Amino acid sequence: MYRNLTIRQKQIVWAWAFLAIPVLFYTVIRFYPTGNAILISFQNWNLLGDRTWAGMENYQKLWNDPVFWKVFKNTFIYLLLGTPISLVLSFVIAYHLDKLRFMHGFLRMLYFLPFMTSAVAMAWVWRWFYQDVPIGLFNNILAGFGIPQIAFLQSTTNALPAVLAPAVWAGLGFQVIIFMAGLRAIPTSYYEAAKIDGVGWFTVLTQITIPLLRPTIVFIVVFSSIGFLRIFDHVFNMTTNNPGGPLNATKPLVLMIYDTAFNGFDMGYAAAQTVVLFTILLIVSLIQLRLLRST
Amino acid sequence: MNAYLKGLALAGLTSSAALFASAASAVEIEYWQYFFDARVEAMETLIANFEAANPDITVTMTHFPYADYRTKVAAAIPAGEGPDVVQLFYGWLNDYVEADLIQPLPADTFPAAQIDADFFPMVQAMKDGDNYWALPTAVRSLALFYNERLFEEAGIDGPPETLDELMETAAALTKLDGAGNITQVGITAGMTAQDHHWWREGLVRQFGGDPYADDYQTVNYNTDAGAAALDFYTNMFLGDPPVTAIGFMDEPQAAFKAGRAGMHIDGSFRIGSLNGTRGLKWGVTELPANADGTRSNYSSYWVNAITTKAEGEKYDASVKFMQYITSDEAMQIWLDTVGELPAKPSVGMTEANANDETFGPFIRGLAYANTTKFANESGQRQLMVEMVERIQLEGMDPAESLAIAAEAEQKLLDDYYAE
Repeated sequence: MYRNLTIRQKQIVWAWAFLAIPVLFYTVIRFYPTGNAILISFQNWNLLGDRTWAGMENYQKLWNDPVFWKVFKNTFIYLLLGTPISLVLSFVIAYHLDKLRFMHGFLRMLYFLPFMTSAVAMAWVWRWFYQDVPIGLFNNILAGFGIPQIAFLQSTTNALPAVLAPAVWAGLGFQVIIFMAGLRAIPTSYYEAAKIDGVGWFTVLTQITIPLLRPTIVFIVVFSSIGFLRIFDHVFNMTTNNPGGPLNATKPLVLMIYDTAFNGFDMGYAAAQTVVLFTILLIVSLIQLRLLRST
Repeated sequence: MNAYLKGLALAGLTSSAALFASAASAVEIEYWQYFFDARVEAMETLIANFEAANPDITVTMTHFPYADYRTKVAAAIPAGEGPDVVQLFYGWLNDYVEADLIQPLPADTFPAAQIDADFFPMVQAMKDGDNYWALPTAVRSLALFYNERLFEEAGIDGPPETLDELMETAAALTKLDGAGNITQVGITAGMTAQDHHWWREGLVRQFGGDPYADDYQTVNYNTDAGAAALDFYTNMFLGDPPVTAIGFMDEPQAAFKAGRAGMHIDGSFRIGSLNGTRGLKWGVTELPANADGTRSNYSSYWVNAITTKAEGEKYDASVKFMQYITSDEAMQIWLDTVGELPAKPSVGMTEANANDETFGPFIRGLAYANTTKFANESGQRQLMVEMVERIQLEGMDPAESLAIAAEAEQKLLDDYYAE
């Protein structure tokens, strides 16, 4: 039978033969669980007993759950604070690092180091930095100057920025590297032309560098937005005794899902939250992909 | 080539047949528990003793980190991949019974009347009619740990006996730096640790209340007694001057271990980790009584149960194993190795154990202990944590915060028991 196929058809057969493995992999590892999660979100299940049909019950519960709205808000605060701050910081660092020759490699390594460190270890170290006297580094410094100590993690207002700071710091190295690659990719002829015309550095920055970095910026925004929307390990490890606390002030959506599923064993409700997170991520990614395409 | 393959397949078949034949002569059962050094060590001793007495039975133990244990057990047993005998937290039992994943212990080997008489009364939560669903080897209760060095330094002769003395002692042990920051707490505090148990089953009862009604299905602490208990508790860190701080040195047990806390309420399972601490000289005493001398304690336990996977000879072997791990001998081994208290008065209340300097206060505490029947322990604890946080961080009126907690917990219980 294979013999009777045209060359074009044979190519297709071979292409599918090779594609079969990743397709199978994705079906089993990605699509089946995703579909199953959507199905569970319409059911009640405690992992032990039978699944029972719940209809829209889990979604109604979600809509009426004040904790969900608090967590929803937190997730977007992580996104709306984290993404711009890390974008600006990493650009400033990359812009200046790019001009620097002295110890360039060493400095770049220093910025990249946190990205390679385990998030869990880092979160715990920062958690101890933030403690009250006598063990907290920051508060010991403040106390040394006679300044009253600051409740970093034990506060409903300070806790979220305190948790976000190490997360931003950890992601910085990667973004700096991407920005530097973007900066190097800009043809030097533009800069030479600008120099001949006698244009100032600010004009060069706003008229040449930033516009030509647009694909890089879009990539970093997409990448870090998804990262901040899915923030979990920093929050969980810095607040393990009271995950997402105090009073849900730091709780992101992923932590709520984890808590509902593996402490509450309410799999249906957790799946409904997952579907909401999935939808948010999908919308954000689609918007950003659209922006990327228009370049 | 073909002949070679056939030969290989044949060899494989015969060797695997031989393997099965040798396995069939001995029964192998599987036991699961979570990983905690001393518990694994104790269980290894028990298994060795059991196998010596029953040479035809092999017990294989598998353990997981505590954080994954509940999920792994819950995923494995329904899938038929799980153990024959499993260790479960008493609070999970309901779910396992309802999902038909464990089977009752046979009434002829474990007669309910006998167990009622032999075990501490809180074990009766595991009983259903004439059958017990599961039995513990060991139980836990709370007691007051204190740092003997700090007591000496502050010139205090002994641990406090009453709640009023507790506050006085704690005040004498609290130290501040020049800026007024606490550098040593009189007593640790934090609902995230064991304090939520102390508050529920200890303080609320000591202030004249009864934290739950209807077999723990109705919240009953939104009363004057509950308010008084909450007032006593929050006074420790919001009073003037405070004798503790929530989150001091990150975790209460860390502060005590580091010698920065005068007193610390914790469970018997903490003994092991405090024992090896260099420079820490600690003592332990019963939880303080109220003004009338009433004491109240919380106890909890892990039970062993036979899963529905165990059938035929595996079931018989599992029953034998259950008999051994709930025997007096096993309980004494568990106490000596893990420091968890025997589940039977016949072992716990022996002269040596009940007057033991370390275990004594915990064992005596069992006599007046209550066991909360949790629907979702971490969820219910979280509500206690938030009850205190609303008062401390948002300045909410304690009565209002208590009412919110009671309402939220009632909703949680209603949702759970409605299913």
